[in-house]
Amino acid sequence: MQRVLLFVDKLSTWVGRAFSWLIVAMTLFISWEVFSRYALDHPHAWAFDTMIMMYGTLFMMAGAYTLSQNGHVRGDVLYGFFTPRVQASIDLVLYIFFFIPGVIALVWAGYYYAGDSWRINEHSNITYEGPPVYPFKTVIPVAGAFILVQGIVEIVRCIICLKQGEWPSREEDVVEVDVGKLKEMVHVKDEDIAKLDQFVVQQEHRK
Amino acid sequence: MKLRKELWFGFSLMAIILIAILVMTPWGHLTNGHLGLIMLALIVVAIMLGYPTAFTLMGLGVFFAWLAYRSVNPDTAVRQVLDLFVQRSYGVMSNDVLIAIPLFVFMGYLVERAALIDRLFKSLHLATARVPGSLAVATIITCAIFATATGIVGAVVTLMGLLAFPAMLKAGYNVKISAGAVTAGGCLGILIPPSVLLIVYGATAGVSVVQLYAGAFFPGFMLAGLYIGYVIVLAKWKPNLMPPLSEAERHVDLPPFAQALRSSGTNALAGLWRAVRGAGAGSSVTKGTVVTQFFLSLLPALALAGVVALTYSVATAPAVEESTSGLQAAGGTGGVAEDEQASELATPEGGVAEPPSEEAPATAAEPVPAKEAAQSQASPQAPAAQLQERLPVPGWFWIVFGICAAIAAVVYWLWSWERFEVFKFLLASFFPLAVLILAVLGSIVFGLATPTEAAAVGALGGLILAAAYRLLEHWRKSAPGSQGAAVWTTIKELGSITKESSFLTAKTSAMVCWLFVGSGIFSAAFAILGGQEIVEKWVLSLNMTPLQFMILAQFIIFILGWPLEWTEIIVIFMPIFIPLLPHFGIDPLFFGLLVALNLQTAFLSPPVAMAAFYLKGVSPPHVTLNQIFAGMMPFMAIQVLAVVLLYIFPSIGLWLPQVVYGR
Repeated sequence: MQRVLLFVDKLSTWVGRAFSWLIVAMTLFISWEVFSRYALDHPHAWAFDTMIMMYGTLFMMAGAYTLSQNGHVRGDVLYGFFTPRVQASIDLVLYIFFFIPGVIALVWAGYYYAGDSWRINEHSNITYEGPPVYPFKTVIPVAGAFILVQGIVEIVRCIICLKQGEWPSREEDVVEVDVGKLKEMVHVKDEDIAKLDQFVVQQEHRK
Repeated sequence: MKLRKELWFGFSLMAIILIAILVMTPWGHLTNGHLGLIMLALIVVAIMLGYPTAFTLMGLGVFFAWLAYRSVNPDTAVRQVLDLFVQRSYGVMSNDVLIAIPLFVFMGYLVERAALIDRLFKSLHLATARVPGSLAVATIITCAIFATATGIVGAVVTLMGLLAFPAMLKAGYNVKISAGAVTAGGCLGILIPPSVLLIVYGATAGVSVVQLYAGAFFPGFMLAGLYIGYVIVLAKWKPNLMPPLSEAERHVDLPPFAQALRSSGTNALAGLWRAVRGAGAGSSVTKGTVVTQFFLSLLPALALAGVVALTYSVATAPAVEESTSGLQAAGGTGGVAEDEQASELATPEGGVAEPPSEEAPATAAEPVPAKEAAQSQASPQAPAAQLQERLPVPGWFWIVFGICAAIAAVVYWLWSWERFEVFKFLLASFFPLAVLILAVLGSIVFGLATPTEAAAVGALGGLILAAAYRLLEHWRKSAPGSQGAAVWTTIKELGSITKESSFLTAKTSAMVCWLFVGSGIFSAAFAILGGQEIVEKWVLSLNMTPLQFMILAQFIIFILGWPLEWTEIIVIFMPIFIPLLPHFGIDPLFFGLLVALNLQTAFLSPPVAMAAFYLKGVSPPHVTLNQIFAGMMPFMAIQVLAVVLLYIFPSIGLWLPQVVYGR
């Protein structure tokens, strides 16, 4: 079981990471477009569509990755104070009531939406002879399907947690505030922080 | 048992909401509008339970939208809901405002990893050494600059907690004040543009991000200024809280050439000038060094001269009044068009994200592009305007000139060798980042680029900064002859920096944008159910004055800031407030600035004050959370003061948008 969970995690992570490189492409592409327009006086009609598609694909395809890293924003007032079992039962119920219907609706609707777009061979109407839109619309059901699979894995995680009383492990990943790395970057060691304690204690004594 | 108490508090709050639903709902004649309100109450409960907000919104939105459609026609309800949902989602995917979010976030992660913050703090620390409470002042300035560029509260607070907090403790600063300076300063990045919060607000409220940026500029710096003022006054008033730095801590090491030249005089400019002419140059100092250093010390004068020259060219530019007024109007509508529909942006020549506001400065520079000729009658006059004589120099130009000259005189009078060293230090740390931010902001505010373009170029700039600082560090460490290795290490590090940053960017953008996917269907459901009308009727029935309404709204947002994060507050609750604004004659732009300022407090108010927990994570064990919270309180009071100030003097925020866009 655990192997299946980790495999789906890995899949989501791999897909999300692969698409995350779009941000680099986007940065370079838009910078180039700016340069090309202002310095070379040679703007491209399709540039705007391309940017939008890169952005939309980037965040949609990263949805499952973010879910696999538990990265979607939560209201953290009470959640942190619950025991894992309580957390898991809340999550389990709400995954079934909110997540599953919502995401299935997204995949379903996206499937027909993209299908229509393929059928009429839809092109962007932002510019004359805009680029095709149907691959971009296809992203909706695909991203939805990935996030659905990841969501099912999360449900299984909740059940495991209910049985075992603690959350099963996740893949390690880069985190926004990696204290260890930041310490290394500014050359601060744990001993240095510990040494500081004397100043704090001193201050307390003075009072 | 402290945890128990908090849980009880939360549960009782939820119970109150649920009971209120049960009691206040007119079960006999349940209308759709009531369903909308029930949905709103349920979302608050569901968010407090801690389930990912994006999916909560999605689930509730889909369900209630289905209920709404079912009440009209049960047969087509499912289809309609699905259509609505997918169209809303596609709207988020092709949103030309939200597109700037990943780019700014990417820029932030790159700058965070550029390894420049310790230099920045050290140089500012030396530069402000003589100011009372200097370390706290330096902390706040560093935070303001760095947080502006990165916008990641957690990272800024952690880094400053590692750098500035120890420095302040060692210098004998009060723990609470040190903690307050670090946490309050770290949150400034949320407000000062380019901030993601303003993009999210702009996308939600349909306000031009460009104008929001222009508007938030001065309130942001006002808040930073108030923090600094508070610290300085406090340090003067109670010096035992923030003792002045000792001589040793203020000491600046002089390089050998400066020590050699110093013997001839304390003024660096004069000393270098003598050395350039060949007089008094010691044998140890080469001519090349002297010339370079002399040029460096002339930089402030050159910058001031640049300001004067720019003022001169602006002040005496030939009058093109007819076309500028038209252009300003175009600039004003440009922001709206940008939000309304992308199709309008498609100009035949560009087709890129190029709202009319961008054309404004271009045409100001050269008054006759072909397009302008076609559409405006100002064009026949434009070539004439170009031929006009430059205007006579107005009186205020001489005032600017005088001020610049005075600044130059004072700067060079005080130009000692130590100050020159500090200046060079600043030049290597403070100015590159400041220039990056100002370039990004300036090009957005003055309409040279869309926020998207500026963000992309800013991200590239962040990458270059990271490369430069890493290379500098490795270059210094490497032995002579092995510099190739330094370059190689830098490239490898740059690769991993880019990789990490793009992964994090993907996750953060997904978090924010999926929230929009969820809120798209949620707010649509709320609108279809007519919950908005009930809210509107109710608010209007209260007969509030605009002032009362404003206070109520800000108070609600302030309260919501305790349990919720700013993303949730803006994405879920702004769509309810925004339609009410016209009834009270409140400018959504102004409201947005107040909200942005107000939400600063969300980061500092316990129990969800993330800033405090990040600082606690890197502070010595004897620093308690309560001390940190206590330290944040005065800064929170200052934030409230800033909100009040902005309300009383709206021109703090609205002046710049007025000048630039003529709104």
